[in-house]
Order: sequence, then structure tokens, then C-alpha cells
Amino acid sequence: MSRRPYQREMTSEWIFRHPRYLRYMTREFSCLFIGAWTLMLVCALARLSEGPEAWAAFLEGLKSPEVVVFHVVALAFAVYHSVTWFNLTPKALPLQMGDEFVPDGAISGAHFAAWGVVSLVLLYLAGAF
Amino acid sequence: MARSNKPIVWGPFAAGGTLTAFLTPALILLTLLAALGHAPDLLAYDRLHAFAGHWLAKLAIAGTVFLSLWSAAHRLRITCYDLGVRADTLVATLVYGVALAGTGAAVLYLARI
Amino acid sequence: MGERTIDLEVLRYNPETDSEPHFQRYSVPCREEWVVLDALNHVKEAIDPTLSYRWSCHMAVCGSCGMMINGEPKLACKAFVRDYEGIIRVEPLAHFPVERDLVTVIDDFMDKLKRVRPYIIPRQVKAVAHGEHLQTPAELNKFKQYSMCINCMLCYAACPEYGLIPKYIGPAAIALAHRYNQDSRDGGRAQRQEEIAATEGAWECSFVGACSDVCPEHVDPAGAIQQVKIRSTVDWYKEHLMPWLKP
Repeated sequence: MSRRPYQREMTSEWIFRHPRYLRYMTREFSCLFIGAWTLMLVCALARLSEGPEAWAAFLEGLKSPEVVVFHVVALAFAVYHSVTWFNLTPKALPLQMGDEFVPDGAISGAHFAAWGVVSLVLLYLAGAF
Repeated sequence: MARSNKPIVWGPFAAGGTLTAFLTPALILLTLLAALGHAPDLLAYDRLHAFAGHWLAKLAIAGTVFLSLWSAAHRLRITCYDLGVRADTLVATLVYGVALAGTGAAVLYLARI
Repeated sequence: MGERTIDLEVLRYNPETDSEPHFQRYSVPCREEWVVLDALNHVKEAIDPTLSYRWSCHMAVCGSCGMMINGEPKLACKAFVRDYEGIIRVEPLAHFPVERDLVTVIDDFMDKLKRVRPYIIPRQVKAVAHGEHLQTPAELNKFKQYSMCINCMLCYAACPEYGLIPKYIGPAAIALAHRYNQDSRDGGRAQRQEEIAATEGAWECSFVGACSDVCPEHVDPAGAIQQVKIRSTVDWYKEHLMPWLKP
């Protein structure tokens, strides 16, 4: 009896094998938009350091349909990153109190609540409302 | 088998992922409002310049830029590998390079404010 | 009533005659309560005795019958035919070489389990005469879920990183190491770190989470791996930034 094991090839089509892999890829792709937005933030810092006219031009430059679309898409991905991150936090940081562990939902819930508070405070202090 | 030095790159990734999870959506909202023509008060030149002029704000902004860019870079590196790009060292150099360059630029601009 | 004809599309591979695997279809009269393993057993008993596959307990505790059912890693004894419509595709567990038909080569997995030293390494050897180790319920709960692994390898089949990087030590091995690291009787974490904190250890994981999704025992290897990453990171920064601290 001769052995001749067969090695099946792994191609990039694995991401389509099940919805969970697509969701994973979506989460990973959020990095492109968060990164791109942060680079835009660096540009904003550049304009801010150049004086009021440069800053005004920057703000004007934001007012275009493409920029709005980018922001909406980036916001969606950023929120997806936040939601997935906070849902996974209890797995990485389990908290034992007494004999039992704090339920995952409580840890995630606390993070979501803190996220809400931080966001509202930030927006309020920035004068968004 | 020896213990890896991966923590050097993973530590800032985890910190950045947490920071961006808490902050980035609200921050994007701010510039989205500006893009829609309703820029929040803080984005007026005088207020923003005064805010960013404070050394504590500069530290916070630089830290936010570094951690955000780093965690995005690290994730992009992993994603490239997941999609079959085998040249990991090259990809890592590129992505972390951009993150560090972006941080360096931010520090430079902040210094001038 | 109570019977249904199921079409199984099974991947066959005979190393002595085939250059590569191919599918073979079987029509199997199934009872309503059957699992895919029952259908396979019927094939072997009544249709095609050459079909090869691993199985044992038929009650999801031995971990032998792991296979891809409609592309999802499952225990064949836990995949109920009533949950499937149309043709049921049965293949060997993904990411492992195929020995024959549905039988995979599991040597790599067995090696990796051994590498993490899956046994209590006491801080101080305790003579039997000195009695048992005492452990509170709280201490037990710290590692109990990670001890439930039945070595079924579904997590390795689900993990894309293991598929992409065969050297990756993988979810079950790290969960097993974590089981011992978390055990109050154990003092061997530093030794296990050489394996699980290496590049091919926890660091190949990108927290896809598929391993925990498919685990039939709810071990949550993904959680174990992230905890190992965090602990290893804290260790690293302590060691390099505060070398005066004892390990």
C-alpha cells in the first residue's frame, strides 16, 4: 500500500466560502477608509499650520459631492470597525468576578455605552449641536 | 521556536484599534458636517488654531494620528497576506512607512501651529 | 413517512489509482432523524464498501468524524440530513492533505498538540504523600472551557490563516496551551510561550473568529488566542522596557 497524500490548493476564493469570511474582509477593509480619513486629517493639519486663507480653502475643498460620499462610506466602515471591535472585546478581556465570568454582553454593552458618551461629548464640545 | 517580537507592532495596533473604535466615527462626523456646509464651531480657524496650539492638544492629536495610521497599516498588511500577496516584508515596510511618514508630517505641521 | 432519498456528492481519492480527487454521487434512502454519518454508513454497508472515512462514537464526543459538509466544517454525526436541501456535498476537512477519500493526514495537528506541552508542569513538584492539589471553583472556571476540546480539527479547517500558513500552530493547540497556562496547578507558561508566542504561534491569528464559530464544544479558541496575544504583549513590553522586573 503506497501513500500519496493529495494537497488541495488554497486560493483567495476562501473569502467567498461563507458569509463570516466576507464579514471579516469587510471589517478588515475598514482600515483603508480609517487610514484614508486620517491622512486627510494630516492634510488638514498642514493647511491649518499655513494660516487662515489656506484653512478656508481646505474647508471649501471639502464641500464637494465626492467628499461627502467618501465621508458617508468612511463613516459606515468606521462604525463597522467600532461595532466589531467592541463585540470582540469580551473574548480578549474576560472578567472573572467570584466564580463566574461577567457575561460578554455586559462588557460589550459597557463599551458601547462609553462609545456613545464619548461621541456625544466630543460632538457637543466641537459645537456640532 | 523563539518568542516573537510581534508585540512591537501589535501593541500599537491594539491600542490604535481601540482608540479609533471610540473616536473615529465622531471625528468623521465632524468633517462630514463641514463637507455638507455645516462646519461645527471648533472647525472655525480661530478656535481650531487656538485648540491645536495647546501642547496637550498637539500631543493628543499626534498620538491619535500615529495610533490610527499604525493600526490601519497593520490591518492592511494582514489583509494583503489574506488576499495572497506573499511579499510580507515589502508590504510591511510600505504600510508602516506610510504610517510613520504620516505621523512625522503631522508632528511637523503641529509644531508650526 | 420518515424516509427521504438524499443525494450525497462525496469527494473520492484513491492514492493508488487517482492522480487527483473527484466527486462521486450516491443516492441514499435516509430516515428523517439521520445524520450525514448514518448516510455514509449506509453507503459503505449497502452501496460502495470502498468509501473510507473516520468515525467512532456517533455522539459528538470523540472528534473523529470531522468533514466539510456543503463547505462547512462539521462533525458528520452532528449534521442532520433534515437541515439540508438538495445535494449534500461531503469533502475531507479543508487545509489538511487527503490520505484517501474523506480521511485526512493529521500528523501536523498531532505534532502541534505535543509541542505545547499539554500536561501540568508544576511550579514545585508535590509528592503524592503531601496530598492533592486543592482548587476552588473559581480556579477551575479559569480553564474549564478550554479543556473541553475533542481534537476534532474543525477549527483548523475553518481557519483561513492555517490554510494560508501551514506552519501556523493553530487554534486547538493554542487553546490547549492556554488551558494549562490558566490552571492554578501549573507553572509551565514560560516554556509554552516558546511555542505559542513564536511567530507561528498566536501571532499568525488575525481574529477571523471562524474557529470559535465552528467549534462543537464551544471552547472559543479565538478568545484563548487573543488572551495569549495580550499576555505576550504585556510580557514583551515589561521585559524590554522594564528589565529590572522579575519575569
